[in-house]
Amino acid sequence: MLAPPKIWWRKLGKLERNWVAIAFVWCVILTIMMPLWFIYGKQNVPVTTYKTTPDEFLALTNAFVAEYQVDEIAGIPVVAPPAGDVYIYGRRWQWYPVLKLKVNTEYRVHLSSLDLLHGFSIQPVNLNFMAMPNYDYVITLTPTTVGEFAIVCNEYCMTGHHTMTGKIIVEE
Amino acid sequence: MTTASTNLPDQGAEFRDCPVTAFKVDLASEKLIIANAVAAVVCLLLGGIIALLIALTRWEAIGLISSPMWFYRLLTLHGIDMLVAWIVFFEVAGLYFGSTVMLNARMVAPKVGWFAFALMAVGGLMVNLVVLDGGSDVMFTAYVPMQAEPLFYLSYILFAVGALIAVILFFINVSTAKKEKKYEGSLPLVVFGLATAAILAVYTLLDGAVAFVPALLWSMDIIKDYDPAIYRNLFWGFGHPAQQVNLAAMVAIWYALAAITVGAKPVNEKLSRWAFVFYLFFINLGSAHHLLVDPAYSFLYKTANTSYAMYLAVLGSLIHAFSIPAAVEVAQRIKGFTRGAFDWLRNAPWKEPGFSGMFLSMAIFGWIGGVTGVTIGTEQINMVTHNTMRLPGHFHATVVGGTTLAFMALTYYLIPLIFRKELKFKKLASLQPYVFAAGMFLTSISMIISGIQGLPRRHWDISFSKAYVVLPHSFPGTVNISLMFMGIGALIAVTGGIMYMLIVLASVFTGPRVEASQLLLITGSNNPIVESLSVTEKEMEQPQAQPKGTFMIALAFLMFFMLYYFSNWWILGNTWNIR
Repeated sequence: MLAPPKIWWRKLGKLERNWVAIAFVWCVILTIMMPLWFIYGKQNVPVTTYKTTPDEFLALTNAFVAEYQVDEIAGIPVVAPPAGDVYIYGRRWQWYPVLKLKVNTEYRVHLSSLDLLHGFSIQPVNLNFMAMPNYDYVITLTPTTVGEFAIVCNEYCMTGHHTMTGKIIVEE
Repeated sequence: MTTASTNLPDQGAEFRDCPVTAFKVDLASEKLIIANAVAAVVCLLLGGIIALLIALTRWEAIGLISSPMWFYRLLTLHGIDMLVAWIVFFEVAGLYFGSTVMLNARMVAPKVGWFAFALMAVGGLMVNLVVLDGGSDVMFTAYVPMQAEPLFYLSYILFAVGALIAVILFFINVSTAKKEKKYEGSLPLVVFGLATAAILAVYTLLDGAVAFVPALLWSMDIIKDYDPAIYRNLFWGFGHPAQQVNLAAMVAIWYALAAITVGAKPVNEKLSRWAFVFYLFFINLGSAHHLLVDPAYSFLYKTANTSYAMYLAVLGSLIHAFSIPAAVEVAQRIKGFTRGAFDWLRNAPWKEPGFSGMFLSMAIFGWIGGVTGVTIGTEQINMVTHNTMRLPGHFHATVVGGTTLAFMALTYYLIPLIFRKELKFKKLASLQPYVFAAGMFLTSISMIISGIQGLPRRHWDISFSKAYVVLPHSFPGTVNISLMFMGIGALIAVTGGIMYMLIVLASVFTGPRVEASQLLLITGSNNPIVESLSVTEKEMEQPQAQPKGTFMIALAFLMFFMLYYFSNWWILGNTWNIR
């Protein structure tokens, strides 16, 4: 509150020195955890991204749906692709199409948006990514559990945001 | 001529002598501090009313706001009125206080101060009207390509320009005070902390202009395209550092409250100042926290930024987390509370709102806000937290339980010293920090628990039953419990907010103007700051004055931090494989 004496750069006390050392070590641990997980962990944030446009991505998704559609739920195609490239987009207010995947199989899920930003949130495994128009974000994903999973939108996208859902079915 | 020249050093500024603190208070500065503080409280009132409506809507069993459009509209306003208006107005008041009163210096350009105030007030009022009018339900973040009315962006820009002028005025005041020899040597630590906040604010506000000017032009069709990823990057160059301005200002206020209530002096000025310098250099890198699961960024870009270059800004916070309670402990031990590790804490002035407010604010900010913030800002862990309720859980602990509570606690001392009114309802004031802290503790913890269960933020209907949903999803039933506790927490916090409003408004708007007669509000008529002047370095270095209790608390904090941090790696390790 008050101005310090003229000379205030004194040596640290013992407890202070110890705390700063401990805190610094913790900061180093926090830092190296990320590269360690990058090398050894099985969950790393995807980085592969391509430039696209809503029109182009819509065409890619439609071609993908036409090739691998196996069923339909509530008017939305269900697509069962082999391992490899998968396309899914978000737009106000749905995720399209419904994906039927095989457990322990690796897919390159191309994710984009045709209009606003959307939040691609797979539940209940709780994995979350941003879907953006003009960006084709490639999420290389291996489902390790079987069942029906929801895709909830968790980036606000105007009035119907809370109705925006999708589905991923994972089978043996 | 003679009179003119004798007046020259202060350029005609009129001062009064504060009988309690012995500060010389420039009356022009005092008026500006009052205006900005009142504007801040009005915004808090508005944002607080909306907070209640929102919390009672997300509490599924109540679902108060039946129109999703109005829910999102009010949520937009809640963010703006609280995160921008309340906090920035209060910070401007704090900056003026620090650059004039605390240096016994004058407000160099009061008219410029009023111009800045007018810009901020017009911007703040306009954004409220524009949002309420509809067509700008875009949230505080206004992510492109979601478009608001041009006036929406214009009001952001007006407010930011006003704030920038106020910050520049802070620097002019400080440098003029130095030139006119109002203080010698180094700035007091509290002003040093405020200067850190001000430097961060310059960067923040300029970045805000870089984000919003193109958005304004784009909303007027002058610019055709505005890349959504670039907007997000620019927006968070403003939005995240804005919270770091709060952080630096709040820490400065913690030091001030510790000095006011127990006469705490920084145990080591060098260490505390280094901690602020760490903020200055590294903390704005944290903007990348918001971009961790965005397309296009590399691992190296994200980790270098999200870790504040090796967590050096976190180191700054860890230092403050030690040095502020340590300063309190040393001051208390010198008063004779030397028994055991925690005698000093037991005998702290718990009834003094400045002390309880500071202590609870530090506890909520550090143990909940800080720990969860570092965890969700870890590159890979962000995949299981991004845009879930864990996010609002984190920042309600930092900005509300931390910053807002600290600002509230400081207000009680500004009322007698700056507003020169007697504080009304003292018993209520003594209780208020506890009520507010309990409410925010429950709110933020419940939000975090909801988020761990995957619940999205900014969502009107997580039951997917109130509107037609093609592919409905059901979250585990336990979310209804955590949302209920969030609602109860909000009710308690709002009660604390009402107590604060009642005390402040009754004190400021009723009763005559009186000169303050004492510093402490409740726990005594002594003046801890004056008493601390006679404490020597030698006394502070005695073995029985060493902050052993604080060291133990700090170690316990670190254990808790590790537990939470590593359990999140475990959660991450249990999801699907992703690369």
